[in-house]
Amino acid sequence: MSLIEGQSGAWEAVIGLEVHAQVTSESKLFSGASTAFGGEPNAQVSLVDAAMPGMLPVINERCVEQAVRTGLGLGAQINLVSVFDRKNYFYPDLPQGYQISQYSQPIVGSGAVEIALEDGTTRTVRIARLHLEQDAGKSLHDRDPRRTWVDLNRAGVALMEIVSEPDMRSPEEAAAFMTRLRAILRYLGTCDGNMEEGSLRADVNVSVRRPGAALGTRCEIKNLNSIRFIREAAAHEARRQVAVIEDGGAVEQETRLFDTGSGTTRPMRSKEEEHDYRYFPDPDLLPLVLDEAFVDGIRATLPELPDAKKRRFVDALGLSEEDAEVLVADRDSAAYFEAVAEGRDAKLAANWVIRDLFGALNRSGLAIADAPVSASDLGALVDLIRAGTISGRIAREVFEAMFETGRDPGSIVAERGLEQVSDTGAIEAIVDAVLAGHPDRVAEYRGGKTRLLGFFVGQAMKASRGKANPKTVNELLRAKLDEGQGRDE
Amino acid sequence: MAGGALTGLTIAAARDALAGGEISARELALAHIAAIEDARPLNAFITETPERALADAAASDARRRRGEAGALEGIPLGIKDLFCTEGVMSTAASAILDGFVPPYESTVSRNLFEAGAVMLGKLNLDEFAMGSSNETSHFGPVENPWRRRGGNRPLVPGRPSARSGAAVAARLCLGATGTDTGGSIRQPAAFCGVVGAKPTYGRCSRWGIVAFASSLDQAGPVARSVRDTAIMLGAMAGFDPKDSTSVDIAVPDFEATIDDGVAGLRVGIPAEYALDETPGDIRALWEDGIAWLRDAGAEPVEVSLPHTAYALPAYHLIAPAEASSNLARYDGVRYGRRVEGADLIDTYARTRGAGFGAEVRRRILIGTYALSAGYYDAYYLKAQKVRTLVARDFDDAFEACDFLLMPTCPSDAFAIGEKSDDPIAMYLNDVLTVPASLAGLPAMSVPAGLSEGGLPLGLQIVSRAFDEETMFRAARSIEKAAGFEARPGPRA
Repeated sequence: MSLIEGQSGAWEAVIGLEVHAQVTSESKLFSGASTAFGGEPNAQVSLVDAAMPGMLPVINERCVEQAVRTGLGLGAQINLVSVFDRKNYFYPDLPQGYQISQYSQPIVGSGAVEIALEDGTTRTVRIARLHLEQDAGKSLHDRDPRRTWVDLNRAGVALMEIVSEPDMRSPEEAAAFMTRLRAILRYLGTCDGNMEEGSLRADVNVSVRRPGAALGTRCEIKNLNSIRFIREAAAHEARRQVAVIEDGGAVEQETRLFDTGSGTTRPMRSKEEEHDYRYFPDPDLLPLVLDEAFVDGIRATLPELPDAKKRRFVDALGLSEEDAEVLVADRDSAAYFEAVAEGRDAKLAANWVIRDLFGALNRSGLAIADAPVSASDLGALVDLIRAGTISGRIAREVFEAMFETGRDPGSIVAERGLEQVSDTGAIEAIVDAVLAGHPDRVAEYRGGKTRLLGFFVGQAMKASRGKANPKTVNELLRAKLDEGQGRDE
Repeated sequence: MAGGALTGLTIAAARDALAGGEISARELALAHIAAIEDARPLNAFITETPERALADAAASDARRRRGEAGALEGIPLGIKDLFCTEGVMSTAASAILDGFVPPYESTVSRNLFEAGAVMLGKLNLDEFAMGSSNETSHFGPVENPWRRRGGNRPLVPGRPSARSGAAVAARLCLGATGTDTGGSIRQPAAFCGVVGAKPTYGRCSRWGIVAFASSLDQAGPVARSVRDTAIMLGAMAGFDPKDSTSVDIAVPDFEATIDDGVAGLRVGIPAEYALDETPGDIRALWEDGIAWLRDAGAEPVEVSLPHTAYALPAYHLIAPAEASSNLARYDGVRYGRRVEGADLIDTYARTRGAGFGAEVRRRILIGTYALSAGYYDAYYLKAQKVRTLVARDFDDAFEACDFLLMPTCPSDAFAIGEKSDDPIAMYLNDVLTVPASLAGLPAMSVPAGLSEGGLPLGLQIVSRAFDEETMFRAARSIEKAAGFEARPGPRA
């Protein structure tokens, strides 16, 4: 736990998140309109989405299934009976004049997410609830000096609102929570987690207190669409609140906005200005009733999630905690690693994936999905190392060529003649030539400077252009150098 | 057949005459178009669609020649202007939707047209179906074609489907669609001397019907005989996957069993429906109804619906609460009237201030209040609890009886303007129809006699959920015994 040092002593931040995750589904929560991102404005709007007179919502079963899947992935209680409510307010991008949401009876109850802390320990962040709701449309205020344009393509798209308990104690923990939650959603395939496109965003509730004291007054920072912004906004807000209190003031409960340019938060509306949303059960929709078989059917198709996968990587594959965590943090990375490790030395595979592949991806700014080296090619490279066809050093060279060209390792090795030489006769010739070329060094070695062995190995490898099997080189050199030496002992 | 004879037909009689080739759909449509023109002072229609009617009729006659007649083949109907009709202005009688032409057809009206019905036009109603008198329409009040004996003061035709009732009574259409939220089919039917049936909630799709109170709104037929309403409901009803509250249950042939009688059935008489203020003529008619059913072989049993008195106040919280939210979409942003203001909030205020009439504004305010933080539990939630108790009352009563008989309204039609200054008095007129609405039960009004003032009075039948067949059988028994044949006289 990281504390904030104020002028008057240490303060602790208390943070909770409300995450809005767009449900991965073909059509909207209550209409058949498409949810595809980037369509022409108002091209994906049904009569229901536009709230034409007499139009009625019909629940999209796929979205319900996705919410249940997410709930199960969060280890949460699935509520077999839930209710859709209307949240009433006026805004041009809210065609019905209300958002259909779930208020007092959400589809998913309490669950938990484990996050790994920097000190190697873990923290459990409790999930209070998950509910389904409609997204609003988009108001564009900057297209015209006088008028606002409204795009309803998003209106009615299904969101899952996932609410955490205020269990995080630092901005880093908030970021770690969001990272892990996003990973879980992607593993489950229930949200693409694409924060730039707005598929995943969070409201962050922050308060500060003396460590262990009662909770302070919270402020909510709305609509953060990157993990970095979550961390920065929470950090700034906590420091701001400490400053307010230390200046003798009191934190006002309010909603604030994060200015990504300045990295600061500013007031949006106070508690008094909060809407009275007049929630009531939507009479157009019956209570949502699920049966156990429906839930069990989804449970049976749940993928292995990050925590379980990490445990397995450590316990069954012998990876380190750190390597396992890096690999499971992203579904695509884990899948890539597993494809490479399939039937091979898992530790060697992990090394290549983490150090070489991830390194190269980082340097080139590519995502794992766009990696120019396929998992099967990287696996083939590992196979070549294991079979002694190439050395680890040559393998790095081959990998660079693979990353550059996207070609398979076998053809690169063959084309460049990089097969490792393990033929003792050929290596012996090289070794003999090296020894013959450095008679004084040989003498020094035999005189007791045995650390010169490395020098000879280097020369031999260089002479073989890296292709000689280093183990064989070593053995031969040692034998030949020692054999011409008097036995003193 | 002369025009007057054609417009005086029942749906069943017209169907037989069409089937027998005695008349054509075109003749039937022409007769009604003429009648509608003559009756314009009643203000029964917001939009007349004579060209559409003639085109529908021509298509219908052509289908019949091909041997493809549907259940309502060639029958000219009025469609309440709460139903969205593709390509035909649909206003809910509100200024805010004046000029709105939907690009879609409501499921119920589509069902009717697919059964062969001919559209005469869109019927006037109270704005957004809110009112008990049909006086709140942006397009002016509808007059009841009836006049009090010895008087000539225009009377209200009753609640929102008023126009439907008035149009049917005035022989402007053979039948009409209505919607019933708290009695808007039954009460105008009673006031206008016609038959109105509200089926079980979920029997007809609400898709494409402008919503008033979603948990109560239900479409149903208004016509001049029980058989006609049964024929119409058969065509209107059916599961619709586009309405989550529509129920996937087979639609029986309602007409087939209407003459099965009530012998051996138990008719429940709820004591609580005898209000202190119920006039003597209505009490007497109720007694007559009990006697007619007894004569037909039914066994009258006294039942109790103890929470009846709380139904009306509960209704007047639930319905406005839902309405306040349902009407939020009329904001001037996407369609309908917009009155530009200085900023967004001002535009909302001006648009909705100009677009909604006084009664609609009143209900939005009541509903908004009832749902507000701090009042929700005391009003909306409490009203929902009352609703549950009211529904339970009916469940209990149906342990002891097969259907219920009570008056439709506590009074006969009142004069235009007579109660519009006193919303409470107007709301009280729904006291006998609202309980079945809260319980979602099928209920219908059948004309059974005249008041002391010479105005029609209705008796109401309520049956178990999805047992409209028993409701129609009982209503048919009343109809036969009452022999109600009075019709509005010529206007002075």
